[in-house]
Amino acid sequence: MAVVGTERVKRGMAQMQKNGVIMDVVTAEQAKIAEAAGAVAVMALERVPSDIRAAGGVARMADPTIVEQVMKAVSIPVMAKCRIGHIVEARILEALGVDYIDESEVLTPADDKFHVNKREFTVPFVCGARDLGEALRRVAEGAAMIRTKGEPGTGNIVEAVKHIRMVQAQIRRVVAMSEDELVAEAKEIGAPYELLLETHRTGSLPVVNFAAGGVATPADAALMMELGSDGVFVGSGVFKSENPEKFGRAIVDATMNFRDYDLLAKLSQGIGTPMKGIEMSTLSINERMAERGW
Amino acid sequence: MIGMVLKIGILDVQGAVSEHAKSIRNIGAQPVLVKHPESLAEVQGLVLPGGESTTLGTLIRKYGLYEPIRERAQRGMPIFGTCAGLILLARKIEGQDDHHLNLMDITVNRNSFGRQRDSFEADIEIAGLSGAPFPGVFIRAPHIVTAGSDVQVLAMYRDRIVAARQGNLLAASFHPELTADLRLHEYFKAVIEQHCAAECV
Repeated sequence: MAVVGTERVKRGMAQMQKNGVIMDVVTAEQAKIAEAAGAVAVMALERVPSDIRAAGGVARMADPTIVEQVMKAVSIPVMAKCRIGHIVEARILEALGVDYIDESEVLTPADDKFHVNKREFTVPFVCGARDLGEALRRVAEGAAMIRTKGEPGTGNIVEAVKHIRMVQAQIRRVVAMSEDELVAEAKEIGAPYELLLETHRTGSLPVVNFAAGGVATPADAALMMELGSDGVFVGSGVFKSENPEKFGRAIVDATMNFRDYDLLAKLSQGIGTPMKGIEMSTLSINERMAERGW
Repeated sequence: MIGMVLKIGILDVQGAVSEHAKSIRNIGAQPVLVKHPESLAEVQGLVLPGGESTTLGTLIRKYGLYEPIRERAQRGMPIFGTCAGLILLARKIEGQDDHHLNLMDITVNRNSFGRQRDSFEADIEIAGLSGAPFPGVFIRAPHIVTAGSDVQVLAMYRDRIVAARQGNLLAASFHPELTADLRLHEYFKAVIEQHCAAECV
């Protein structure tokens, strides 16, 4: 008997994406450019994060028409975002047949206390996290993939670096602890004990962990890989750059060859201006998307 | 060869590389990550892992691995392709004019079981493996639509060919690297050992 939606096929889907780049796209055309550039998946959106940021107001799930157009245009997997806690947007995306749902802080949260119970779904979910506790809470809810949040739509890598460094440092700390200390640590960081114990024993998150939120150049992508990410999400970075095709290819090559510095030097030349970017100190706390999620 | 540890390469561009490396270590062989053509020279067999076949197909050409892999395969180097790896091996991909490595006389249908929500686990019987059925993990999996007369069908699922062998080439629609069952990796190791007994120096 065939069983669908098992933990293994959900997490396995993310394992097949490792070392790859997932690009935000808003049209079928962009999706084709992303696929040709070597993206392992695309995220179908109505607006990229920097435009969501500029537009203000409530950001919701994309119009299903856009998602369907993107699904028709490419053979690589298609992801789409639902609002945090919006069970019905998630069900709609599942019904559309998207390959992965991102329960994302980039959209305006629908629930200020609870995330979607992702175990109830057949389609896998990816969720954002700023630290180990948040990552393991999402895994406990059924997330089959984690992405460190960074600060979406800023083109500024500093928050993404902060979050991946935090997760890695906390994992190292947990690995070094004796098992006696884990219950207190679970309480301290708000992580489910059983998952923390698993992390202690294996030395890594139970699911694949990508980086997101601020990747604007090939060097940024390579930096996230250097710091231990399994792959990279690029939101506004590709299609807000001057030459998306070339830029997209350079980010893919940089991610897969992140320690080949001669290649990185070549990749970084003549690719046009990256997106403009925002300095973090000019964003107030309530303008920061990474603060969303509980 | 007696007493030597087999070196099995894994195409290290993108996808489930570390999972295959673990399985290879667990069968007592040494995994070698193949990112550049030079590393191909030191391996006795090659695994093409699961990943995104479109991405992998584009990048093996770009990174200069396409010709060297084909050349070694034509000289008999055993290759084991899983999921996307199977698509890379195929002579023909349904609905596409192009193909990738074009080594195995099979026509494949991509994502033939549906999208990710249709991905599944099922026990399958594989010819040549003894014991319990094999735990098949099918993720946006392809299947073999037609196979040439030299191709031996190893497993079927819902009337579709999901594992096959042609000489030293082995292909599976599913992901043995996501399970703890090492029998297919052992099978591949035996193919390499046989080839080496005849050819390797």
